[in-house]
Amino acid sequence: MEKISMFKKIILTSAAIFVLYAPTTQAAEAGIKEIIDVPFEFEGPFGTYDKAALQRGLMIYRNVCAGCHSLKRVAYRNLEALGYSEDQIKAIAAEYTVMDGPNDDGEMFERPARPSDKFKSPFANDKAAAANNGGALPPDLSLITKARHGGADYVYSLLTGYAEAPHGIEVPEGKHYNKAMDGNVIAMAAPLSDGAVTYEDGTPQTTTQYAKDIATFLTWAAEPEMEQRKQMGVKVLLFLFAFAGIMYLVKRQIWKNIHK
Amino acid sequence: MSAGPRTPFENPVVEWVDSRLPLFTMINKEYGVFPTPKNFNYFWNFGAIAMFMLITMIVTGITLAMNYAATTGVAFDSVERIMRDVNYGWLLRYIHMNGASFFFIAVYIHIFRGMYYGSFKAPRELLWIFGVVIFLLMMATAFMGYVLPWGQMSFWGATVITNLFSAVPLVGTSIVELLWGGFSVDNPTLNRFFALHYLLPFVIVGVVFMHVWALHVTGSNNPSGIEPKTQQDTLPFHPYYTMKDSFGLVVFVAIYAIFIFFMPNALGHPDNYIPANPLVTPAHIVPEWYFLPFYAILRAVNFDIGIPFTDIVFIEAKLGGVLAMFGSIVMLLIMPWLDGHPVRSARYRPFYKIALLVFVVAVFGLGKVGGMPADAPVIHFGDFFTLTTTHISQLLTLYYFGFFLAILPFLTKFEKALPIPESIHDSVLKCKSSCGHEA
Repeated sequence: MEKISMFKKIILTSAAIFVLYAPTTQAAEAGIKEIIDVPFEFEGPFGTYDKAALQRGLMIYRNVCAGCHSLKRVAYRNLEALGYSEDQIKAIAAEYTVMDGPNDDGEMFERPARPSDKFKSPFANDKAAAANNGGALPPDLSLITKARHGGADYVYSLLTGYAEAPHGIEVPEGKHYNKAMDGNVIAMAAPLSDGAVTYEDGTPQTTTQYAKDIATFLTWAAEPEMEQRKQMGVKVLLFLFAFAGIMYLVKRQIWKNIHK
Repeated sequence: MSAGPRTPFENPVVEWVDSRLPLFTMINKEYGVFPTPKNFNYFWNFGAIAMFMLITMIVTGITLAMNYAATTGVAFDSVERIMRDVNYGWLLRYIHMNGASFFFIAVYIHIFRGMYYGSFKAPRELLWIFGVVIFLLMMATAFMGYVLPWGQMSFWGATVITNLFSAVPLVGTSIVELLWGGFSVDNPTLNRFFALHYLLPFVIVGVVFMHVWALHVTGSNNPSGIEPKTQQDTLPFHPYYTMKDSFGLVVFVAIYAIFIFFMPNALGHPDNYIPANPLVTPAHIVPEWYFLPFYAILRAVNFDIGIPFTDIVFIEAKLGGVLAMFGSIVMLLIMPWLDGHPVRSARYRPFYKIALLVFVVAVFGLGKVGGMPADAPVIHFGDFFTLTTTHISQLLTLYYFGFFLAILPFLTKFEKALPIPESIHDSVLKCKSSCGHEA
């Protein structure tokens, strides 16, 4: 009796504690942040990236974001994961010019980018990037979905979160009101608008669709290993559950006489 | 180690080795026939699980070190290279990163087990003290490990925690500069933290050896808290507990794997995916979850301690916080002498049981407020008083120390224990008739 009740107590206590703990992630953040929960294909234990969405997201990055934001941890060769062939990747890389060198004469020289190069950054360094953006440094986007609470949902919410500032909220000159930003004030002007980028596959050319595609692309940029990780995880867990079952049976068999 | 009488082995190779170094005799004595109380519940799995985690951390850690560069300019990049370009680097890193959390989970449960069933009491005080030393070393190792990726939380966490030592009178500043290797958290700090992060796990291995050695001298405690008396009370360690430990371990690893493969960053902070920047302070600097209760105790002391109504201050708030934080560990160290009640197991100590379970809730509560901003309002009582996170952490800290310094000595003197069974065998039989099936 007492043993059971103790276990019950412990289980109940831990359950209560778990409930108490669940919403622990920075509940009391300053300013009201509105993060929309978007259903992405890559969510869940079996989620995979939608390659078409990744390709559209790449397009948005190259046409819109890349004006200010670098993506310096991703190499052109990584685009293979988006479904591009080697030649297509070579062609994409060749559209960029990068500085290389020094050559045997000691001179730096420019050459077309190769698949092994990382994505070319729009500015030479952080200072130049900040100077060209009114003093605010546009963050590198390679890890942005891992570096913000809410991840892909946050990116989507930020890009669709521009609105008129509610009455009584002062937005400084040159800044913008955004529902998803910390403190609701952001330096970046709304980067997306309906029809700004042309999709050739008939996908709706709306701000919300753009935001969803770029959020997918940036999640891939931050977690290129995700598909492999989840697929391996399913196998590992299947094995562990089966193994645990067998171990339990063996344990019971061995302990059989002791329990009598 | 045993130089006693030896039974010869049949296998000639084994016998040749054993007659020169009784390795096999030792293994058989300590892990084969080792008499172990037969009534362990699954709480007794967590020692073996913690051992497994230690080995996992060392193996993945050494492999990661082969690809990591401890220089401020490239540390973050080298970790990202591991994640993206090293074969299965993401797997190694996620095993290691989440491994720290699961090592602490195992050890916290292991410590709770020791407290609940009175495993710290005579004759196991030294065994318990080795355990607390391991816990302290783990905390130091984990703290320094968190600095290595050189993200924002790495840098600012290191800044906050190392600055604590400046509160020590007279030598505080010198200690901090020694830790930093300079005048701020910078490249020398990262370098020495990496060196120590690599060293300390092996020190832990050494203390674990002492811990296990001491365990094999006194033998294990058990849920009834009664020492084994006859052969009826014990079982050989193998195959009974090797098997039971293996089963428990696989279940534990399955839960651990869910985190590694499906939510690898759930226990971390997003800010640590932003490269360290000494010029930008994060909105809230929070340590890893397993330090939050101690962080809450640290922040709970926000007042100077001195003579009331005068300007005389003995202990400034900062030093008070540091003393409270380290004091919370000292409480564990001296617990065998704070609780002198002759009955070990909380099973037969109804009041101790309640006090301890409240203590566990208090520690979780401290963890909760430790993760929240200080002085954040929680409940408003009209215009008179607002209960803040700091107030809650002060109340819970009071209970934390009250539990050790007041409740334990009080219960030692006044708590009347329930009737204790004659023997372990007896307690199992009693349980059979009234508690149903229990492994």
